[in-house]
Amino acid sequence: MDNLYFQPEIETMERSSLETLQLKRLKESIGTALRSPFYSTRLGKLGITPDSIRTLGDLRRLPFTTKEDLRSNYPFGLVAVPADRVVRLHSSSGTTGNPTVICHSQHDLECWAGRVARCLYMVGLRNTDVFQNTSGYGMFTGGLGFQYGAELLGALTVPAAAGNTVRQIKFIRDFGTTAIHAIPSYAFRLYEVMREMGISPRTDTRLTTLVIGAEPHTEAQRRKIEEAFGVKAYNSFGMSEMSGPGVAFECPCQNGLHLWEDCYIMEIIDPETLEPLPDGEVGELVLTTLDREAMPLIRYRTRDLTRIIPGECPCGRTHRRIDRIKGRSDDMFIVKGVNIFPMQIEKILMQFRELGTNYLITVDTVNSNDEVMVEVELGDLFTDDYSQLQRLTRDITRQLKDEILVTPKVRLVDRGTLPQETGKAVRVKDLRKNK
Amino acid sequence: MTIKQLSVFLENKSGRLNEVLGILGQADIRIIAATVADTSEYGILRLITSDTAKAYEVLKANRVSAQQSDVVALTCNSTAAEFAEQMDYFTREGLSVEYMYCFSTGEKAFLILRTSDNAMVDAIARKYGLDIITEKELLSV
Repeated sequence: MDNLYFQPEIETMERSSLETLQLKRLKESIGTALRSPFYSTRLGKLGITPDSIRTLGDLRRLPFTTKEDLRSNYPFGLVAVPADRVVRLHSSSGTTGNPTVICHSQHDLECWAGRVARCLYMVGLRNTDVFQNTSGYGMFTGGLGFQYGAELLGALTVPAAAGNTVRQIKFIRDFGTTAIHAIPSYAFRLYEVMREMGISPRTDTRLTTLVIGAEPHTEAQRRKIEEAFGVKAYNSFGMSEMSGPGVAFECPCQNGLHLWEDCYIMEIIDPETLEPLPDGEVGELVLTTLDREAMPLIRYRTRDLTRIIPGECPCGRTHRRIDRIKGRSDDMFIVKGVNIFPMQIEKILMQFRELGTNYLITVDTVNSNDEVMVEVELGDLFTDDYSQLQRLTRDITRQLKDEILVTPKVRLVDRGTLPQETGKAVRVKDLRKNK
Repeated sequence: MTIKQLSVFLENKSGRLNEVLGILGQADIRIIAATVADTSEYGILRLITSDTAKAYEVLKANRVSAQQSDVVALTCNSTAAEFAEQMDYFTREGLSVEYMYCFSTGEKAFLILRTSDNAMVDAIARKYGLDIITEKELLSV
């Protein structure tokens, strides 16, 4: 009989046993970290040793690690093992200043692949599946991360890499691809091109599963993707600092992403006060690695905003779930004392059938008042009737006000005039002198 | 009897009208009549063209928000008195005109009318002997 779980003993472990395991691994991680130049100074200065940690709560006494720490100790200042143990590195794009580099030992790569395999198995993939990965390979972790994980699972894994959509579609057809990994905007693109080519994903392919991630998206966008392809689309969460994909993943319940707590300790903090927040409240995700030896990270501020979903999941996994990423704490802006995240605005806009998917939020000071302007492109549906257009603008304004507590100025604009929905489009322009 | 009209969303910014007309020009579309109505932020360009279906397709392919709708075309003498008389029939029958635009060739005027009820326009035309024209007739003006 087919098992529901890839690693049942870990995935359904009693909470108390899971926490005992976390504490044991946390002490080991701190012991390892202390061998790196960075942490030997940072933690050594505070007199922290593995024995300083008696309970999981003691973790809160340790300082945070930030992306700036990784940059200023570029490239190897956080490496905690001798050079002969390091077998691979991945790096972020480094568009501003030094890139961040993460080093891996053989053990780290095996753990990472195991996590990804666990995720893919969870959404129904088996060794008979054909998994096509449209992530960029190379320094980006979405390529090799999924490659090794899907191979460990035993699936035929197609390293199609990014771009060349017509060729992707040919592979999907020729190889009988059953599962695709893509960023949400690329999933839309694949569908568009299929449609132009007269190919129906429902009847002309063997697709059963989509894995989408690496780019924040709303529930409405996910449903649109599922409707287009006629298959389930599962949300994937990871980041290069935490190895890459496989940190958290949706189960078939599609209600939150199980974050693998045997590999990470998660905390949610208020990005302003840095104080921990209770389960259920939205804040910044902070992660500590538990099974990484080449480059452990202690209390790493991910800048991703989410919340821990309280309660147990019907799937039987005991690892707690995080909600879909609601944006970056860097993207958050404050208007009239209210914290606003672009995803809140996107969520509302996506509910209007008349609108397209591109939008731009501009914050500016007008007559010494902070004002929010939301420009959004019209979609295919267009009415020849002014009163309807005005009603649409009014409805959008009212619903946005209910969500963000500030009345924005809403403008309907021509299609194709705003930044395209690809990659990490700039959604917020803050023109205020005093932010 | 109705004819096809094309309505196009126009953001209020310099050059946008030219862009849209340029797209139609590339597709060899002829414009029979056109009007632009605007608010401070956007406008609606309404057009009668030589091939509305084709014009709609090329605009859509260029990601321009557009819509096809049915309007009625009437012809009458281009004197103000006769315009007034035509409008009076609609008022008398309680049918409100949402918008109207027209062009004339010498003594002859052509009125493009948008109402909430095209069937009622036909009835009024029959009752008062108004001269409704077909799309084909309009295109050959």
